[in-house]
Amino acid sequence: MENVGVCDEFVNLKATELRLGLPGTEDEKQKVSCGKSNKRALPETEKDIESTGKTETASPPKAQIVGWPPVRSYRKNSIQTKKNEAEGQGMYVKVSMDGAPYLRKIDLTMYKQYPELMKSLENMFKFSVGEYFEREGYKGSDFVPTYEDKDGDWMLVGDVPWEMFVSSCKRLRIMKGSEAKGLGCGV
Amino acid sequence: MNYFPDEVIEHIFDFIASHKDRNSISLVSKSWHKIERSSRKRVFIGNCYAINPERLIERFPSLRSLTLKGKPHFADFNLVPHEWGGFVHPWIDALAKARVGLEELRLKRMVVSDESLELLSRSFASFKSLVLVSCEGFTTDGLASVAANCRHLRELDLQENEIEDHRGQWLNCFPETSTALTSLNFSCLKGETNLSALERLVARSPNLESLKVNRAVPLDALTRLMSCAPQLVDLGVGSYENEPDQESFVKLMDAIKKCTSLRSLSGFSEVAPLCLTAFYPVCQNLISLNLSYAAEIQGNHLVRFIQFCKRLQRLWILDSIGDKGLEVVASTCKELQELRVFPSDLHEEEDNDTAVTEIGLVAISAGCPKLHSILYFCKQMTNAALITVAKNCPNFIRFRLCILEPNKPDHTTSQSLDEGFGAIVQACKGLRRLSVSGLLTDKVFLYIGMYAEQLEMLSIAFAGDTDKGMLYVLNGCKKMRKLEIRDSPFGNAALLADVDKYRTMRSLWMSSCEVTLGGCKRLARNAPWLNVEIINENENENDDLMERNEEDEREKVDRLYLYRTVVGARKDAPPCVTIL
Repeated sequence: MENVGVCDEFVNLKATELRLGLPGTEDEKQKVSCGKSNKRALPETEKDIESTGKTETASPPKAQIVGWPPVRSYRKNSIQTKKNEAEGQGMYVKVSMDGAPYLRKIDLTMYKQYPELMKSLENMFKFSVGEYFEREGYKGSDFVPTYEDKDGDWMLVGDVPWEMFVSSCKRLRIMKGSEAKGLGCGV
Repeated sequence: MNYFPDEVIEHIFDFIASHKDRNSISLVSKSWHKIERSSRKRVFIGNCYAINPERLIERFPSLRSLTLKGKPHFADFNLVPHEWGGFVHPWIDALAKARVGLEELRLKRMVVSDESLELLSRSFASFKSLVLVSCEGFTTDGLASVAANCRHLRELDLQENEIEDHRGQWLNCFPETSTALTSLNFSCLKGETNLSALERLVARSPNLESLKVNRAVPLDALTRLMSCAPQLVDLGVGSYENEPDQESFVKLMDAIKKCTSLRSLSGFSEVAPLCLTAFYPVCQNLISLNLSYAAEIQGNHLVRFIQFCKRLQRLWILDSIGDKGLEVVASTCKELQELRVFPSDLHEEEDNDTAVTEIGLVAISAGCPKLHSILYFCKQMTNAALITVAKNCPNFIRFRLCILEPNKPDHTTSQSLDEGFGAIVQACKGLRRLSVSGLLTDKVFLYIGMYAEQLEMLSIAFAGDTDKGMLYVLNGCKKMRKLEIRDSPFGNAALLADVDKYRTMRSLWMSSCEVTLGGCKRLARNAPWLNVEIINENENENDDLMERNEEDEREKVDRLYLYRTVVGARKDAPPCVTIL
């Protein structure tokens, strides 16, 4: 089990940098290449890591671990079959919103452009996204619409052309609060 | 000397069914050993490589029923290569050659081929029962042989096997004279089913008590089947994602009402809510309900169904039922003995509040006093909840908790879950099987070693800090039989501390741990009665595994599987497996 170096927040400017992707989800490779984030944790936090002897995992997305969760392949396959069958008609993606009790599903092919999609989401979850600015993301609201793309990266809804979004979006998540600030709201 | 003639003793032994007891009997004296072995009808072999068929037959010539298990448990989770082994063919071959009067064969995690099934069907004139669980390697052609040739077949039970479906006519192969079926389960077949053949078969099987069909049996066919088999006790239905029309619905309800003996319901890989309501009349008598494949059905529909099931003893469900749903279960199902809650979404939707938490588990423990067996997938847990569960349910025999995120601590205190699991093992004195998860240190294993006196099977993943953890378990759990560990920092010191311990265990699995090749080699040298298998997906690495020099001895072993055996290293290991 290897210990992951946690970035020292005082030195690392990355936390304040505008980028796509949730805070704390840089992987080792990225750290090495950018050169400035190879700092080990402050002594107290390091002790914690050592005593548990495990890799500290930050918030999503997580790497797929082989054989985890321990669900029989037969069962996994039958859920997967159903998912594939469902996705045959239309492009159904799940939509979750921080704090909402239910997950919803929408068909992306029902919309022609972002504004329609936003309106639909706003209606569905009874919230408002504020205004989208190309460089600064969404302003005027605590809510930020994000999506997970084919590569497993979390992106801001609206950053890529609509067609690209529809073909690469795996699921949507409407983030709220502090996490949202790191990702989409202008700083 | 015996007081009674041998025939009388044999007759007395006939009343002793449990394998453990019969094994004990055979140790009493030479005479008892002889009588026992010649009269033994049922044999259970937990590891098909611990013994070979020739020795089995030699010892138990009157064998009628054989149960065999092949691959290690973690094969269920893709941790064992497909070609690892567990072939049933040599067994069937040997039994056939020795003209054993085999009547029943039960296999789990074994590789079965069409040839094996063909041979089976032709070699045993009295063959009655075939049960295959999590097996693979065969097609519906093999089933056709069994259907065609086993004249006295009563039971064909296929559970969660990977079967290549040739969409053939295997159901047609049951001869018209075949009327003895009591149990037919082909729910795992993926292809089309010959409905008329099925209906005719069911119609001429008056003793059929258990019928589990596959997805491809539509609602009207199901209705007809139920109408001609109202005596059914155990029913597995297909997939019904569309709501039935009025007429079909009425017919379905009529058919269901006639099935007054129905006690167990399963299947439902899709079920439209209205369709589910047609089954309400059977709820009050249901003892067993498996809705764990109905991924698209919402929690509230599940709850509405379950609230009528007051006699339920066994419930398998998806976590879409939610904590609220489990609270309803807790207040309704007072007879509940076994609960399994499976994850409905394997991608771990972070904010999916429709999954279950510690709240549901506590509710169940409080409401169901007879609960003794649980498998619970959830996204979070607390020590306080586990301590409460332990207090409410000291009767657990099986306790398997899987927190979906590895290493997740108590979400209210951020501490490890050592105390929670500690409470479970301390309170549940009869605990035989345990799976732990979440953030765990060596301490939890100290508790397990100290208190889990009856523990036979333990599954560990992403837990512990040092070799001490594993040592607590090996030293403390006297009844340990199967220990399986993955992604935990246990190494050679723990592995080698007490080699004789493995004489008392069936097997040990360790993957992604700290054991090295050198450690495994030393173990193999000190314990020639063990098969120490190193499994390496990368074949090149294995070529010179035996000739590694000193440095390579320190190389960590990816997967280790060791088991006691009386017949030495197996000859059918694939290239990716090295037996030290």
